[in-house]
Amino acid sequence: MKIAQHTLKLLCFLLITLSGSISFAANDTTQKDTGEINTSEKVKDYIAHHIKDSHDFHLVSYTNDAGERKHVGFPLPVILWSSNGLATFMSSEFHHTDDGSVIVEKNGSKFVKVHSKIYELEPNASSISFDDEKHPINANRVIDFSITKSVFGMLVAGILMLLLFGGLARQYKKTAIPKGFGRVLEPLVIYVRDEIARPNVGEKHYRKFTGYLLTVFFFIWVLNLMGLTPLGFNVTGQLAVTAALAVFTLIIYTVSGNADYWKHMLWMPGVPVLIRPFLAVIEIAGAFIVKPFSLLVRLFANISAGHIIVMSLIAIMVVMKTELGAFGSTLLSFVLSLFITLIELLVAFLQAYIFTMLSALFIGMAVAEHDHDHKHDDHGKESTDAEDVRSEFI
Amino acid sequence: METLLNDFSPGLFVMQTVILLALIFLMVKFAWKPIIGSLDERESGIKAALEAAENARREMENLQADNQKLLQESRLERENMLKEAREIKKSMIEDAKDEAKNQANAMIEQALEAIENEKRSAMAELKNHVASLSIEIAEKVVRQELENKDKQLELVESMLSDAKLN
Amino acid sequence: MEPVTYNLIGAGLIVIGAGVGLGQIGGKAMEGIARQPEAAGKIQTAMIIIAALLEGLAFGALFLGK
Repeated sequence: MKIAQHTLKLLCFLLITLSGSISFAANDTTQKDTGEINTSEKVKDYIAHHIKDSHDFHLVSYTNDAGERKHVGFPLPVILWSSNGLATFMSSEFHHTDDGSVIVEKNGSKFVKVHSKIYELEPNASSISFDDEKHPINANRVIDFSITKSVFGMLVAGILMLLLFGGLARQYKKTAIPKGFGRVLEPLVIYVRDEIARPNVGEKHYRKFTGYLLTVFFFIWVLNLMGLTPLGFNVTGQLAVTAALAVFTLIIYTVSGNADYWKHMLWMPGVPVLIRPFLAVIEIAGAFIVKPFSLLVRLFANISAGHIIVMSLIAIMVVMKTELGAFGSTLLSFVLSLFITLIELLVAFLQAYIFTMLSALFIGMAVAEHDHDHKHDDHGKESTDAEDVRSEFI
Repeated sequence: METLLNDFSPGLFVMQTVILLALIFLMVKFAWKPIIGSLDERESGIKAALEAAENARREMENLQADNQKLLQESRLERENMLKEAREIKKSMIEDAKDEAKNQANAMIEQALEAIENEKRSAMAELKNHVASLSIEIAEKVVRQELENKDKQLELVESMLSDAKLN
Repeated sequence: MEPVTYNLIGAGLIVIGAGVGLGQIGGKAMEGIARQPEAAGKIQTAMIIIAALLEGLAFGALFLGK
């Protein structure tokens, strides 16, 4: 499944790259900029913009009869910690600009928004200027606690989860068997508990971590699914979000690691003493860098890639209009994006599953009680090594 | 890497951390604890019910086995009783027979003894009688002898003929 | 050549490597399942874990080059 999906992703990437270059060549003539997304360059920018977080909730844009570009959506609150203290305002004050042309003054600080990021202008600067690599030279990043689209998405997901599972929990008070949507949710909870938490953490300790694993699983899954809706959330495709999730797992397995875990990490038994310090370095790097890094990058990359692919396939409709005609390009785009969206539905679940399962596995490694040298089976009998078994055949 | 780090928003990280912490706390408190609790309860309930059913089945089996055993026992007992009764009957008949035989024997013996006694007394009486008779005869003979010699001879002659006749 | 092109070549190499690796994992897992269909669940879980680890590595490399 995984492999097929990767092949598909690669194929689609190729297709998009090819189609992009062709249509780019075709649309070389300069047009009057109406703000419509109609060239491959603009599509690229649009996708890059979508992948990032944004400060307002933008649903749809259209050009009205007067040739004006209208945006439909609603603003979200911006909360900034600047050099002059806390500043709060609504994102509508930026007037949908993303190039730093509108300056908002609050608490004696001047803020501009460039590529979905808010900068604070230096006190003597009147407008933002960039260097060659498009980095602002007279403005500094501020710590941005805004209710951005991602934060809004997280809140929605959290409230959704609380309503759904809180409702399920309430149902249990009245009856032993849930009704309605609870019947869908209950097997999912049992699945996470019995297929992810119990086998990977271990029978003895899994109860303590089931709450975390369940929360993370449904949080990621709901957000992944929200990303597939036309609302355009890309929460689990934000590095900060996946990093926070990975850090949670890191903290949990570091805190709950038993003496055995630390011993195996810092002073590996059963290997020559001279190798032990090197192994300790590798193990520490593995536990504190590789494990969380792989967790955060996998989720982020999969979801981002999924969004890029779906949006690129939808963009076929626009960029291949000249080659295939309106009907042909729409049909091609529809068929491909429908197919990929179905696969993304699977990926949404799979990534939530993998994140939760790997978290459970890492926690399980930290809390496992090793019995040294030999493994024992259920009856307390020493299980034979592969070597022992093989020698019987020779 | 650089673009990635540039895109990394510390503010979002903080918000996410806060939200996730709150969410974990709330979900554990209001959702997972009661859900898992009642799931466990239900599972243990099912397990208990299954165990109870198994126990009941075993008990039933035991009961049936007990019944079977009781039946077997009673059958055995009946058989024993019958056997005993038969034996008693047999021995009683045997005893009665023996006793009767003994009694009969004793009676026969007594009778024989009585007969013997009677015979003996009769013999003794007969002997006495014969003796007295012979003496009488001898007396008579001797008297007649003494009367006449011829007659004596005659007598002897007749007696002898008598004896021949015998 | 421009540095962007180098990045693309590197990305291609990563994808080739990851593809070969994923193919190996998937192929061996299929083989294992065909040999022991009753162990399909366990093999699948192990396969997904290893594939996920490989994927993490590949994505890590891809995004380091981005």
